Amino acid sequence: MKKILILFAHPAFHKSLINKTLMEAIKDLDGVTVNNLYEKYPDFFIDVPVEQKLLTQHDIIIWQHPFYWYSAPAIIKEWMDLVLQHGFAYGTHGRALEGKWAMSCISTGGRKEVYSAEGKNRYTINQFLAPFIQSASLCRMENLPPFVVHGSHTLNRDDIKKFADDYRKVITMLRDNEIDSEQLSTMEYMNEIIKHDA
Amino acid sequence: MHNQEFFLNALIYLGAAVVSVPIAKKLGLGSVLGYLLAGIIIGPFVLRLVGNEAGEVMHFAEFGVVLMLFIIGLELEPKLLWKMRRSIFGLGGLQVIITAGIITGVALLLNFQLNRAVAIGLILALSSTAIVLQTLSEKGLMRNIAGRSAFSVLLFQDMAVIPILALLPIIATLGTPADLSDTSINSIGQVAQLPGWLQLLIIIGAITVLVIIGRFAARHIFRLVAETGLHEVFVALALLMVIGTALGMDAIGLSPALGTFIAGVVLADSEYRHELETTIDPFKGLLLGLFFISVGAGINFNLLIEDPWVIILFVLLLIFIKFVVLLILGRIFRLKKGFEFLFAFLLAQASEFAFVLISFSKQNKLFDEQTSGMLLLVVTLSMAISPLLLIFNDKAVSPILARWQNKLEYDDIEDEETPVILAGFGRFGLTVGRILLANGIKVTILDNNPSNVETLRKYGFKLYFGDITRPTMLEKAGIENARLLILSMAEHENALKVAEIVRKKYPHVKILARAKDIFHVFEYLNLNINKVQRENFHSAAELGNDALIELGFSKYEAYRATRTFKHHEDQVTEELYRHWLEDQGKFIQETRRFAEQVKETLQAEKNYSIHETDCAWDVDSLKDEAKKEK
Repeated sequence: MKKILILFAHPAFHKSLINKTLMEAIKDLDGVTVNNLYEKYPDFFIDVPVEQKLLTQHDIIIWQHPFYWYSAPAIIKEWMDLVLQHGFAYGTHGRALEGKWAMSCISTGGRKEVYSAEGKNRYTINQFLAPFIQSASLCRMENLPPFVVHGSHTLNRDDIKKFADDYRKVITMLRDNEIDSEQLSTMEYMNEIIKHDA
Repeated sequence: MHNQEFFLNALIYLGAAVVSVPIAKKLGLGSVLGYLLAGIIIGPFVLRLVGNEAGEVMHFAEFGVVLMLFIIGLELEPKLLWKMRRSIFGLGGLQVIITAGIITGVALLLNFQLNRAVAIGLILALSSTAIVLQTLSEKGLMRNIAGRSAFSVLLFQDMAVIPILALLPIIATLGTPADLSDTSINSIGQVAQLPGWLQLLIIIGAITVLVIIGRFAARHIFRLVAETGLHEVFVALALLMVIGTALGMDAIGLSPALGTFIAGVVLADSEYRHELETTIDPFKGLLLGLFFISVGAGINFNLLIEDPWVIILFVLLLIFIKFVVLLILGRIFRLKKGFEFLFAFLLAQASEFAFVLISFSKQNKLFDEQTSGMLLLVVTLSMAISPLLLIFNDKAVSPILARWQNKLEYDDIEDEETPVILAGFGRFGLTVGRILLANGIKVTILDNNPSNVETLRKYGFKLYFGDITRPTMLEKAGIENARLLILSMAEHENALKVAEIVRKKYPHVKILARAKDIFHVFEYLNLNINKVQRENFHSAAELGNDALIELGFSKYEAYRATRTFKHHEDQVTEELYRHWLEDQGKFIQETRRFAEQVKETLQAEKNYSIHETDCAWDVDSLKDEAKKEK
């Protein structure tokens, strides 16, 4: 069984619907630790030793947040700046994260078509996620495809519920190591691993 | 063997105190009543463990009053005293004159000669410094307006003892001398026999000398002795100074208590003030206890048994007269609602100076054996009753007053579900309350200072006047439906008491508390209350932050440094708490608390280096590696 650390960030948790539902769908799973960054560090004063210890205790690291300005809410960046220290996460002697897996889980208002060379946003989600993907690579981690919730403003409760169920399944599979790497290399989004009959 | 007798007596007195005071405190009676009961029990009418020497012990123990006034003097700077002049001379003066006048009138009605009636009036007009001040400090009322006023009156009375002592011999010569078997006249000082103007001159001279020595010489002497590093020599010097002052004042006919009080005031702004206070404090406590025990032991129950109703009537009459005069004066001097009752109940007993004055009058053939015995009994009983009066005030009078003043509001509270109770709405609670109100949260605000209550109500705050330490008050404020109880009051001991009660009776209510210092934080942690803020830690840290900025730190750098320090403080606190748990039985005296806190904090800090949390922003190791790659 792999241990999963969710780095959760939503600055207005009380207004969040999708991220909250998703997070609540997985927080009771064995082996899953939800690290709610805005709740833990409301003034951005991140306890670096504590965060680094958490990282070493888990095998899969997931950044879960709404997609703000094609990136993450500010605290995720602060977290990366401070926690992923040279000599800890990267550099000749920084091997604490080596071999762990990294993944993003994001929600965005735009539909999938909008995120393409022809679409309004001109780039794909995976292109926008380049800083995360490359940061993980620099830390000698393996990247997983992102779990993405598109069109977040138009989803009804049932739709969100479906996404939450899928997310729970994905996390469970990751935890129990039920995903083969061949399958991974063919997927754009992690969502695709769940087969829906329809 | 004389020694053996001394130790046996010490054993009895100390034993009685150790057994009875904790019991009295547990029962909510206060230590004064505990000591008095202990005295009665070991006295000649119950266990007969002590006999006639109780009087001697009392004379010895009166020195406790002297020490107490010295300590009070230390806490009062001259400036503060000057501010209190109106209440000292106005309130105090009127109290003595009016009370003395009425009691004289009553004594005349009882067929006393005019000169004796005047003497009785003057003697009984005084109130007990020992009992009142002990009660004030025990209940944390020294800062309360009623407590302050009571203190002013006591101060005036202490000064009044001097002219009264001078007057009594003169009064005595005006009437027929009392029929006394014991005719030895002990003068209480040679100066008392000198003419009035010379006496005044000597008194003024003595006080001047005292002030000059205290101002200019004392500091050097203290330093010399402190430099020896021998604490016991310092103790000896402190006692020597107080005893010397007391004897000197006694010799010139001044009250020793007043003299040492002046000495205390003179030393109030010296750097040795705290050291002096801590040194004298235990002696004061012990001697005062002894004094109260001897008062208890000295109650002449024979006289009481002979004429119980007359004595009881006199005691009640005395208390009634004093109470009514005080109550009216309290009103005239605009004591806030509810406080004039506390003020009047506080001072309604007779004074321990009465013991001195009565025996002095007897020596001057003013009173006969019968009169002085009866007066002594009345004085003693009024002192014994006085703690009960305060309990009566706490339990019966002030709840009724509070209800009467807040009738409407109380009804409001009962109907309403209030999520948050905020206890204490002074400078601290105001900020807490404003944050909550600004975010639309309903708050029941309790405060015991009616002046605040009225002002803030004007601005639309919902405030209620009441004493939160009273369980019924908590119930009325809706503690059962409350989600939070915020203890923002300044009376830290009371806050702890409330926290403990609420923890037990209403475990669902979350408690948040303001703490005075780190030890106070620990006491809350011990009750499993961990949302505690030290009342000045954060504002002090912010000022430190401003200092860093002034010194050239960039604002964000200063912010991070300050924030890191706060984080580090949490760790230090945790560590200190563990230490504290290990030797929890350790008593820390009030005056030593801060010194102790400084010591322990700095000690614990040595083991931590402030963790540099921001190293990722400027990493030398990264630069080194980049250079190597080149």
